[in-house]
Amino acid sequence: MTFRRKDFFGLKDLSPEEIRYILSTAETMKYILNQKNKKSPHLQGKSVIILFYEPSARAKLSYELAAQHLSANVVDMTGSATISNTETLQDMGQLIDQMGADFIILRHPMAGAAQLLAENVEASVINAGDGFNENPGQSLLDLMTIKERKGDFEGLKVAIIGDLIHSRVCKSNMWGLTKLGAQVCVSGPPTLLPTDIEKFGVEVFYDVRQAVAGADVILTNRIRMESRNKHVLPSLDEFKHFFRIDEDLLSYAKKDAIVMHPGPIQRGIEISSKVIDGQQCIINDQIANSVAVRMAMLYILSQIGGGLH
Amino acid sequence: MKTLIQNAKILFSGYEKEEAYDILIEDSTIAKIGKNLDTQGVQLLDANRNYVLPGFIDMHCDICDPGFEYIEDIETASQSAVRGGFTSITCQPNTNPVIDNKTVVEYVVSKGIDYSCVNIYPYGSMSIGCKGKDMAEIGEMNRAGIIGVSDGDEYVESAAFLRNILRYSRMFDMPVITHCEDKSLSGRGVMNDGFTASSLGLFGMPKEAEEVIVARNIILAEATGGRLHIAHVSTKGSVELIRSAKSKGVNITCETCPHYFLLTEEAVGNYNTLVKVNPPLRTQEDVNAIIEGIADGTIDVIASGHRPTNYSDKYTEFDNAAYGISSFETTFALSYTNLVETGIISIETLVEKLSLRPAQILGLKKKGVLAEGMDGDLIIVDTAQSYAIDANQFASKAKFSPFQGTVVKGRVLHAVVGGRVVL
Repeated sequence: MTFRRKDFFGLKDLSPEEIRYILSTAETMKYILNQKNKKSPHLQGKSVIILFYEPSARAKLSYELAAQHLSANVVDMTGSATISNTETLQDMGQLIDQMGADFIILRHPMAGAAQLLAENVEASVINAGDGFNENPGQSLLDLMTIKERKGDFEGLKVAIIGDLIHSRVCKSNMWGLTKLGAQVCVSGPPTLLPTDIEKFGVEVFYDVRQAVAGADVILTNRIRMESRNKHVLPSLDEFKHFFRIDEDLLSYAKKDAIVMHPGPIQRGIEISSKVIDGQQCIINDQIANSVAVRMAMLYILSQIGGGLH
Repeated sequence: MKTLIQNAKILFSGYEKEEAYDILIEDSTIAKIGKNLDTQGVQLLDANRNYVLPGFIDMHCDICDPGFEYIEDIETASQSAVRGGFTSITCQPNTNPVIDNKTVVEYVVSKGIDYSCVNIYPYGSMSIGCKGKDMAEIGEMNRAGIIGVSDGDEYVESAAFLRNILRYSRMFDMPVITHCEDKSLSGRGVMNDGFTASSLGLFGMPKEAEEVIVARNIILAEATGGRLHIAHVSTKGSVELIRSAKSKGVNITCETCPHYFLLTEEAVGNYNTLVKVNPPLRTQEDVNAIIEGIADGTIDVIASGHRPTNYSDKYTEFDNAAYGISSFETTFALSYTNLVETGIISIETLVEKLSLRPAQILGLKKKGVLAEGMDGDLIIVDTAQSYAIDANQFASKAKFSPFQGTVVKGRVLHAVVGGRVVL
């Protein structure tokens, strides 16, 4: 297929074919990464700007490594004095554009920021997380990991557990998994589920065991106990009592079910230590795939109009 | 000074709809309505058999002056208003300084005399600084010219304070205009709460945020006998609460704005900040209920809800974008096209909601009706020709609109304010 996008905003606006295409490209990239010389020339002469308005370890590292493996020049603007409220996102985009950048990787605290930036720049924009909206890169690596383990998505039962309102990757995963034909069940404190969440095409359970029953995949995410959350959740202790993925909960899922978490993980809160250290928890696989997926995203956007077949 | 409007179609009973009349305005008053009036020594204005209507009165608009003149000022606001057929406008008190004392009222009134081509009747803030805590000098402001007290679109958290305002304002027989939004419920929301917000990753303002305050304020109005006016109604639940209160005989009135009966949350589409308004655009169910409320009289008034914004405040992330629509110049045309042309209400009813009812609520006894002895505030409107809304041509400083390009009928051709032809 040919890919005619300039930018990646999220899985909401990707077709199932596009998602599959990215995943298969990521598999090729993973093959390259497993060679002794990881460097490939596909982005030679191109530059990638990392423009993060929020701190991040994983996303930044994986995008930066991905770009470097593809031989691009990388500039990291995180923590730069110019990233402040005194300059609008559009003006910052113009600045980067005029200097001839080819890609901007944007992480921003407000939903829709990537679209706003993309409308104002020639460079390709990759959304590395916008507000409480989407994080397509993290979601695609989750999908890649699921595909590696389970083969396909059709008929797969996936349970998403925890704080879904503040989690961008959960939203991307809901869009992506439902598009690819998986059955998605969600469970979490009702105050931490987005309004009308069932309209994403998912089933909602307040009893986590029902959501997990017969599941092939269990996804959870970091729960934050910040001051702004104190009126929606009493405490982490109470949360873990109802929603932690432990051996007991896992017994409701399929025997070969896998457990995933985008990190950083709080041991004993979202997942029990025993499960984290067990065979079914595949967090390390996720991390291993994170660079390959980002290489695929960069590569595909660099091929606009051409594309792999 | 005498002005004679010739070939006028008049809607009011006692006049044949298809006949053409002459209207003589002497000084600032409508002196005579008849046929073949004497043209000697008068300024002539030919209505060309278009409707001549009593000038509209806007119960809800921001003129941003003093303090935010870079967004709008009294001069541009008045020019924008008159192009929309409004010959009298109010103004929300959330300016800088806030209209919470007689000095600021006097500033608005006197600047209005010098720079405005329409009548400006300010609202005073019910509290000092629109903070909802300490009572402003409502009586002093009333003597200086305010015709209503408002919360300035800020939520009055204290029910006790609002109760006192409803009681105190009875002395002056002024309406108490309230923006109904429980901020603890609307919270971080920037659009209507629901799947559209969830799918955009935006936080929602639930309908309950409006409705619990509508209910609270109705109960307080009933208990105190104060004259409550509920601003910009946007939900089905609010319409139902107001309808039931009115049927019980509670002395309340309310208004809505065109965007609440024309657009839904879907218009936010891909983070379209032009439709970011507060209260937010709701759902089709709410739009239908508002139209029903307009048709059955539950909703008394259609206000413009004109809230201009700076372009750079709109052209930004949705969370950061300013609330508001520049709507003086589209209100009548949108209402006429979507309510009258579609047969939902008659043109008489629309004019009543734009002129007579605001005049009654605000106590403007010589306005709102086209009759001898009334103020010479008239407009001539063409309801036959279609045209596309072009925000670039707005007189307002906010030259953008979500209705850009929308084809409508109902252009305001001329306006007479206080006997002076100003458009």
